[in-house]
Amino acid sequence: MATTKASAGVTEETTGDGVHKDIRRRDFLNVAAVSFAGVGTVAVLAPLVIQMSPSADVLALSTTEVDISKVQPGQGIKTQWRKQPVFVRNLTAKEIQEANAVSMSDLRDPETLAQRTKPGHANWLITLGVCTHLGCVPLGIGEGENKGPYGGYFCPCHGSMYDTAARIRQGPAPKNLAVPEYKFTSPTTVQIG
Amino acid sequence: MSFSWAKPYEPKHPLARWLDERLPLPRLVYGAIGGGYPVPRNLNYFWNFGVLAGIFLTIQIVTGIVLAMHYYATADGAFNSVNQLIMRDVNAGWLLRYAHMNGASFFFIVTYIHIFRGLYYGSYKAPRELVWMLGLVIYLLMMATAFMGYVLPWGQMSYWGAQVITGFFSAFPVIGEPIRVWLLGGYAPDQAALTRFFSLHYLLPFVIAGVVILHIWSLHIPGSGNPTGVDVKDEKDTLPFHPYYTAKDGWFAAGFLLVYALVTFYVPNYLGHPDNYIPANALATPAHIVPEWYFWPFYAILRSCTFNLFWIDAKLWGVLAMFGSILLLFFLPWLDKSPVRSGNYRPMFKRFFWLLVIDVIILGYVGGAPIVWWRTALGQIAAAYYFLHFLVILPLVSAFETTDPLPNSISESVLSGDAREAPVAVAG
Repeated sequence: MATTKASAGVTEETTGDGVHKDIRRRDFLNVAAVSFAGVGTVAVLAPLVIQMSPSADVLALSTTEVDISKVQPGQGIKTQWRKQPVFVRNLTAKEIQEANAVSMSDLRDPETLAQRTKPGHANWLITLGVCTHLGCVPLGIGEGENKGPYGGYFCPCHGSMYDTAARIRQGPAPKNLAVPEYKFTSPTTVQIG
Repeated sequence: MSFSWAKPYEPKHPLARWLDERLPLPRLVYGAIGGGYPVPRNLNYFWNFGVLAGIFLTIQIVTGIVLAMHYYATADGAFNSVNQLIMRDVNAGWLLRYAHMNGASFFFIVTYIHIFRGLYYGSYKAPRELVWMLGLVIYLLMMATAFMGYVLPWGQMSYWGAQVITGFFSAFPVIGEPIRVWLLGGYAPDQAALTRFFSLHYLLPFVIAGVVILHIWSLHIPGSGNPTGVDVKDEKDTLPFHPYYTAKDGWFAAGFLLVYALVTFYVPNYLGHPDNYIPANALATPAHIVPEWYFWPFYAILRSCTFNLFWIDAKLWGVLAMFGSILLLFFLPWLDKSPVRSGNYRPMFKRFFWLLVIDVIILGYVGGAPIVWWRTALGQIAAAYYFLHFLVILPLVSAFETTDPLPNSISESVLSGDAREAPVAVAG
């Protein structure tokens, strides 16, 4: 390259104000050009990466209103939030008692039923119907479905078993069924998300 | 390419000479799969499966391009475009679809035989390590392509397969879930996921074809291996690829394609799963969810990790073990240090090889069957043995095994058989 020939003659001597003479105008141009191209490349890659993320219309589905007036104790309904199934379950007094009787040390992901429900609505257990193992929909919300040995939910894919507070008790899933953000907008209406 | 006696390309026709001086493409083909590529003369039928894999890649690309002309990549329309439009309305659509569907299975059958051929005859050993590793890259690309293709009909198995497989990424702490959402373009498989899977399913086969070229290129530098594992010494050891092996490959392919045609025409759904004829339903998972048969051994390894160990939970262990079971094959050339390539001359290796084959079949059985406690236990033993074979048994066997004497040359082993082998092992 032509530049090497030019730089070969330059020695390490410094000018009076301490600036190295072997830093050349061309070095600045090289750094500037490469930086410019680097920033430009990142700027070009960005849209290629973010186009994969959920678009605004997908994110817009992030709240769902559910009418729970017709759900009797012991029953549950399946609804959808962000295209994912949500279980809304009206626990019986016996199920609440069973959930509260479990000692925290027996749990893989220790949480009390009270932590997983809203104050004053302890009988309403609202969780995602997405198994925390690999995302199947567990059984147990519908009438007559297999609730598993702990009386909550049973995932048919890889055999994860949840108790009446939808906490993981046995099987490969690492976490309890997730509780989405929600609030009671009236005694019989829940807004999820 | 590789041997001094390889016949050079000599164009006779003036037009061929004119072309050769400007774009020597016929010269390249002649040297790669024509009379200019000398091949060991003692190849057995297991050496036919590489060409067969190439044939099935071609079948998949051709039928796939045609199917894409009739397929709708929409969450509302995909299921009907496959099951109504293609299967009933499009002329010969049923045939193309069944050929594509079973073509994937047969592509995996021939690839598995090809891989186990390489494992038995030590095809991964020097100087062919890169041939082996490029082959593994092709295999990984095949798995990605097959998975995304299985999602396209948007049936129940498609949908829940997409959910479970993208769920693998959520096993990684902190970054896992954002990656999963990014890959899917949503919180669950939907339109965004389907369209990008379609795009990639169309792209990846061409990437595979590119890596196949590298795979063959790196093979043709040392030349093909052979059942004795002894290096080619002179011209007597080889035959030109054309017409000898083109004829043998052609006749074998004809026979094998007959089996493919029998399955495609008479039992086209035998290798599939009936649940995939139910449209995708985001609110109900099929009771027995399994991937396609060619993923069963890996699925069994995934499901075998049912306990937390150290600070890693069972879910992440499963995913790591599953990916690890393939990634460790990249290190195989350095795990098995025996200088003898062919399993024919390695009495201990041979026994463990067949144990491995049985082990993988057991894993496949466990991965495809519903979970009961004894199958889980069997799967755990088989999964542990799989890793034991590659990480412990192979290095030990290659260190302590006494190998049988090798023949002096390929032509000698062909002419006198195993009875007249050289008295001393010539371990190269």
